[in-house]
Amino acid sequence: MANTVNMSQYNEQAERRKQERRKQGKMRLSTATVTRDNRETIGNVTVPDYRIRCTDINVFYGDKHAIRNITLDIGRHEIIAMIGPSGCGKSTFLRCLNRMNDTIENCRVTGKIMMDNQDINDKSIDVVPLRAKVGMVFQKPNPFPKSVYENIAFGPRIHGLAKDKVELDEIVVTSLKRAGLWEEVKDRLDQPGTSLSGGQQQRLCIARTIAVNPEVILMDEPCSALDPIATTKIEELMDQLCADYSIVIVTHSMQQAARVSHRTAYFHLGDLIEVGATEQIFTKPVHQLTEDYITGRFG
Amino acid sequence: MHTFTFVLILLMLMVASFFFGRRRAVTVSKGDVRSLNSLPGYYGYYTALWCGIPALLIFTFWQFSESAVITNLVIAGLPEEVTLLSKQQLNLVINEIRNLVSDNIVASTISPEIAAAAERYREMQAISKMALFAVMMALGVGGATYALSRIHQQHKARNKVENTILIFLIACSTIAIFTTLGIVLSVLFEAILFFQAVPVTDFLFGLEWSPQTAIRPGQVGASGAFGAVPLFTGTMLVSAIAMVVAVPIGLMSAIYLAEYASPGMRALSKPMLEVLAGIPTVVYGFFAALTVAPFFRGWGESLGLAISSESALAAGVVMGIMIIPFVSSLSDDVIYAVPQSLRDGAYSLGATQSETIRKVVIPAALPGIVAGILLAVSRAIGETMIVVMAAGLAANLTANPLESVTTVTVQIVTLLVGDQEFDSPKTLAAFALGLVLFVVTLVLNVIALYVVRKYREQYE
Repeated sequence: MANTVNMSQYNEQAERRKQERRKQGKMRLSTATVTRDNRETIGNVTVPDYRIRCTDINVFYGDKHAIRNITLDIGRHEIIAMIGPSGCGKSTFLRCLNRMNDTIENCRVTGKIMMDNQDINDKSIDVVPLRAKVGMVFQKPNPFPKSVYENIAFGPRIHGLAKDKVELDEIVVTSLKRAGLWEEVKDRLDQPGTSLSGGQQQRLCIARTIAVNPEVILMDEPCSALDPIATTKIEELMDQLCADYSIVIVTHSMQQAARVSHRTAYFHLGDLIEVGATEQIFTKPVHQLTEDYITGRFG
Repeated sequence: MHTFTFVLILLMLMVASFFFGRRRAVTVSKGDVRSLNSLPGYYGYYTALWCGIPALLIFTFWQFSESAVITNLVIAGLPEEVTLLSKQQLNLVINEIRNLVSDNIVASTISPEIAAAAERYREMQAISKMALFAVMMALGVGGATYALSRIHQQHKARNKVENTILIFLIACSTIAIFTTLGIVLSVLFEAILFFQAVPVTDFLFGLEWSPQTAIRPGQVGASGAFGAVPLFTGTMLVSAIAMVVAVPIGLMSAIYLAEYASPGMRALSKPMLEVLAGIPTVVYGFFAALTVAPFFRGWGESLGLAISSESALAAGVVMGIMIIPFVSSLSDDVIYAVPQSLRDGAYSLGATQSETIRKVVIPAALPGIVAGILLAVSRAIGETMIVVMAAGLAANLTANPLESVTTVTVQIVTLLVGDQEFDSPKTLAAFALGLVLFVVTLVLNVIALYVVRKYREQYE
């Protein structure tokens, strides 16, 4: 009984929200001032206290020009969301930030990505410390087929972060606690990570990333394979984590972008169309394409 | 007219009845094909099957029983002094008749009775052939007519045709199963006969192998010893050497192919590696005996080691080379199947390529690799040709790879090559060895399959 009541309440709320959004959409029709054909980036791409500064990034997959001339700052302690229709280059851009595009054959990245006064796109840069600094969480949870403990301990071991077993234990426990997973797995640290539920696996992957002490965390649609409850947990977690890390999240859910991010960047077919404070993007988009996308006219 | 022609004629009849059946179905439907239960083609197949199957069954049965029936009839017609002969002598007479019939070389003097019998044999063969033809055609035409008469709008031809196909498929798969079962049972029964002559414990735990048995009573030095331990240690030694060669090389090349090689390199070198698996084992055998073994012996001489010219080392090393593609190909498939997401996960934590391979990819692929290695081991244990040529025949109980050893398969070959009596322990010992070999490889294969299945559960 209780469930059905909740459901009908939920439906009512959803209906009301939909109507509100429709109203807003109508209002927004008049706010966009830049036409669809203009592909210059709208909005302020820089922030004063930046962690990563990307200048004129171009990515090619063989002959295919995947993203074009993207300039964007990733701020300190901010959550920046990348939105846009499939194939618009947002994941490709994300993978530039920790050089994961290196693992793809015939992928070429040009441009400057400055982090700590170093161009991390320079081929002479060692990717090992870079990836320790810029962690990544993937769309599909990908725990190693090892125990929960070994999943977390993997990173610290390869980077030699722990002097002995005691320190390693401590890193594992803190990482799990910070990922909000400790209470659920503290009695089964020796069980395979793959035996956890989908949401737990994704938080395990976040804990694994935190364990190597990164400064930036890249999240590539981290909730698209999860149910709403697990999604809520991850979103809460991101909210806490941004006190210590910069977070870049790629998402297909505009509600998620609106809920968690501080800034939002809208990508369209390889171009960065519009960047701005999340509230501004979702209420007063300047570019016609941005508006079309967030009002659900395509994508 | 050859009997094979009958089958050809029947096939033509079947094709014809297919068209008749299809046309009949269209006629029955009065032009509205959709009112039929099945597509018209199914009625064609239905008619063709009714035409062909009964006739083919009778044809097969006829082929099997014809000669026995005719022989019995001919014998019944022979004079009494022949029919009352002992079984062996009667067999000789029958052989004589058959030779005469098929114009083979026969004894110089042929009695008129036998010549007459041969003549009768020929006559009966001709009659039988005619009868077979008549019966087949009658069954073919009759079956097709019956099927045609059954076709009406609601007739479920599709279901019947597909059921027939199902039965045919089941028959094919059971043939394989029953053949295996037959081999196992025949080996088992002969082995039991052997164990009645030689106690099981002597066979399994005896340390001496010398399978000579007395042909006549009181022969010197012919008591025979059937202790299989030296053979099994020999097999294990050669297989172990083979695995020491094959596992590291195979595994390393698999890692290179799956993880480091460019797609072009992989496309080129994987088939080349698999060519090794296509070389006949007999070629490996003389390569081992004529090239590798003398090389090892010469190398040993220069170091002051006594390496026998038929050493376990030479056989094992060559066998190892033969098994490399097994290990590398299976491991390569397993490593390649490890999801890219696991590699991405490790890379994103800052692992290098070799760390990723050592700590994530190989552990994830390990059960599959182990299963591949176990399959390779059972291949090594059952391998015959190389060891026959290169490992020698002396049943030495030794762990020294430089000496000559013999293996289970080699002994089976030597026991059964040449003339033998089928009731002496010497011959039956081959079945006992075969049985034990079969059990060992079966157990290894079962373990390998079990490991593979467990592996499949792991990341899905």
